[in-house]
Amino acid sequence: MSSAQRSRVINLYKTLLHLGKDWPAGYELFRSRLHGAFLKNRAETDGEKVEKMIKHGEFVTKEVEALYMLKKYRTMKRRYYNDNS
Amino acid sequence: MARVLVGVKRVIDYAVKIRVKPDKSGVVTDGVKHSMNPFDEIAVEEAVKLKEKKIASEIIAVSCGPAQSQEVLRTALAMGVDKGIHVEVTGPEYETLQPIHVSKILAKIAQNEKIDIVIVGKQAIDDDCNQTAQMTAGVLDWSQATFASKVEKGDNEITVTREVDGGLEVIKSKLPAVISADLRLNEPRYATLPNIMKAKKKPIQKLTPKDLGVDVTPRIKVVSVEDPPTRQAGQIVPDVDTLIGKLKEGGHC
Repeated sequence: MSSAQRSRVINLYKTLLHLGKDWPAGYELFRSRLHGAFLKNRAETDGEKVEKMIKHGEFVTKEVEALYMLKKYRTMKRRYYNDNS
Repeated sequence: MARVLVGVKRVIDYAVKIRVKPDKSGVVTDGVKHSMNPFDEIAVEEAVKLKEKKIASEIIAVSCGPAQSQEVLRTALAMGVDKGIHVEVTGPEYETLQPIHVSKILAKIAQNEKIDIVIVGKQAIDDDCNQTAQMTAGVLDWSQATFASKVEKGDNEITVTREVDGGLEVIKSKLPAVISADLRLNEPRYATLPNIMKAKKKPIQKLTPKDLGVDVTPRIKVVSVEDPPTRQAGQIVPDVDTLIGKLKEGGHC
């Protein structure tokens, strides 16, 4: 794994940790799962495989952001627009 | 190129269960998660979109409240706002701060900063007043486009689609104008970690209502804050006749 990749992995981890602070089921749960997921692949040295994993991590980041947005939107809609319009 | 002002309010996070203080003087805010009012997030997003389309030249965010209000200004800066203005209001003055005060503050800043478009959320999720945009337009004597679900800018005018009862209304309005954002205007972006870091370098100007010549001395007193009534338990009736009897009793048929 190149040093550039290494810093990208660390950045990805930090970004996800930051996102985890808003996780509905609690930060601790998110953090431990995230830590486990990264730990599982710690021995990976193949650059291509690491690249694939980073891409997956970025995809997960986007998904979590979308989830938060949707949750907020739906809550607002339910609270203020409950006339089925 | 237009200069845009957005109003952001720090409110108790939408996901937090609100609890009333035992002495009925207000709601519990200590140690409770706060964040930017969701409708203000939509307003910020719209301003940032205008800047990305090269319609807006500079975006300024304003928040009125205690020192912690700077947190929501930081969030706004991380979303793409250029500069923050924190109008510090604390203590009893903050507790009775009303849309009329905020609109006077916004109006004054809009004049000082030579603003062309003011965008605010249609209402805050804590007091649900839905007055600030309208009052700001009134104080400035500008046109207003409230409950916007679409905004398009033309030459010295804007075309705004408004959410009204039972449908949509399209209006054209001259600039300068005040816009209030409705839920469906856009999808606010998430303030990412690198952007939050970068936002720390952006300027936040500190002001007091006095600097702006706005009087915020409390004129109202909160008498009592209470929980909404809890829903009465239902009951299962044995047959249709009893049901009709009960409905008649309740005056429903």
